[in-house]
Amino acid sequence: MARSTVHAPGRLAWPVAVLAVGGLAVLVLPIVALVARAPWADLPELLARESVIAALVLSFGTAIVATAVCLVLGVPLAALLARASAWPTLPRRLLRAAVTVPLVLPPVVGGIALLLLLGRRGLIGSALEQWLGVTIPFTTGAVVIAQVFVSLPFLVFAVEGALRSADRRTELAAATLGASRWQVFRHVTLPLVAPGVAAGAVLCFTRALGEFGATITFAGSLPGVTRTLPIASYLAMQTDPDEAVALALLLLAVSIAVLLGLRDRWLPGVRG
Amino acid sequence: MTGRRMPRLAAVAIAAILAVTLGGCASNVGGPRPAASGTPAESAPEPQPATITVFAAASLTEAFDELATQFEAAHPWAEVVLNYGGSGTLAQQIAEGAPVDVFASAAEPPMRSVVDAGLAVDPVVFATNTLELVVPAGNPGAVTGLDDLANPSLRIALCDVSVPCGAASEKLLAQQGVTAAPDTLESDVKAVLTKVSLGEVDAALVYRTDVRSAGDAIEGIEVPDAASVVNRYQVAVLTDAAEPETAASFVSFVTGAQGRSVLDGHGFGAP
Repeated sequence: MARSTVHAPGRLAWPVAVLAVGGLAVLVLPIVALVARAPWADLPELLARESVIAALVLSFGTAIVATAVCLVLGVPLAALLARASAWPTLPRRLLRAAVTVPLVLPPVVGGIALLLLLGRRGLIGSALEQWLGVTIPFTTGAVVIAQVFVSLPFLVFAVEGALRSADRRTELAAATLGASRWQVFRHVTLPLVAPGVAAGAVLCFTRALGEFGATITFAGSLPGVTRTLPIASYLAMQTDPDEAVALALLLLAVSIAVLLGLRDRWLPGVRG
Repeated sequence: MTGRRMPRLAAVAIAAILAVTLGGCASNVGGPRPAASGTPAESAPEPQPATITVFAAASLTEAFDELATQFEAAHPWAEVVLNYGGSGTLAQQIAEGAPVDVFASAAEPPMRSVVDAGLAVDPVVFATNTLELVVPAGNPGAVTGLDDLANPSLRIALCDVSVPCGAASEKLLAQQGVTAAPDTLESDVKAVLTKVSLGEVDAALVYRTDVRSAGDAIEGIEVPDAASVVNRYQVAVLTDAAEPETAASFVSFVTGAQGRSVLDGHGFGAP
């Protein structure tokens, strides 16, 4: 029997459309509320406060250093991960799981784990203090370590994706022409995956900038040393909600600027 | 056929989502559920099951856990759901419309902000607390008194001044003429305590009652004149309480003789 109606393929069934709008509302309405409740008139004064500027400088400084560390460690790790597709199942899955865990772990748990590793009584931390007299928690370095821990997987997966989709024949050609493994990696592979590396670095930076749980657990909270923007915003919420909202707006503005800057160039998800 | 199937699937999906969310709400409510008592007609005097939500200062954790258990034992139809945090955070959440029946604050200012917003009336002081210097077991930093908090080579944790224990710490330090060199300012007293029990800091200021609750991992050092800075804990029924009667009887329980003895047991002073 022939069907009497043909649905246009571009139209969604109404329940799908309704639920989609609901999903969109969940994502957008909180941001709308944040912008609507913002103390716009007092914003210049709020953002010029010493405590805000200290948190801003600290947050950007640590997130930039964390991104640099992620690049240095993450690109090689991504290369290893991409190469691992030829490995036996068990080690391949273990490697992938090790990179994925920080991505799905609550950051506070990451902070506890870092404290148990690098704290004064930690696995490595106790030796560091005993032999070198170095303690890591409550330092700006600890903020960077916490940020690297949570943001490294973002970079690794972005670069790995780029590596997998890259055309390996160019590398082969370079190798046949006598290039060493390092030369192939440096002059052929890296330029080939540069867009993936850039996208990964940006994701990594924004994740590091927003890091809260691992930082407050592992690095603590001291103005100018470890109190980053998200922590300052959380604490301000207890006594001065206007300042908290101002700080939140600042973080929001940075995120939007990053998205606009990237647009369809590198992030496949934000085209259009 | 395909055109009709979609709405039914969606209905099933919505029902599933509702079931999960509602089920989630129900399972959040810990403790014994009141037993069903026959048909409504034959059990008229039995009070209706009531669940109250209590927001309490982090330093009250152990005391209020015990108080809630005793209250539920004495009022089998009632259930107490507890949420602990920094008093300032809790006050802010109440101001933003958190569905709360009772608020117990570690100091006056957070309670005042709730009262000023018209969300509570007539708070009652029900306990007091003072500060104590604490060190990890074995005192690795060889700390002897409040003056050591000014030593920059020691790791020091204090509460942030935005929470009651931090405000009290600042007052005590100023009064004793000590300029502290903290390495971290934590968002509630329990976070400070954790850093001490893990041995990550050499010394910290916490409430006297926390020294008891942390057990063997930490040692307390009495500070002369610490008693001069007193935190007054306040409790009130909120005007928007969903279960005002049960909330009021919980507050009477906390401020009454039985509550007093539990609070005593945890080291809180009388109002």
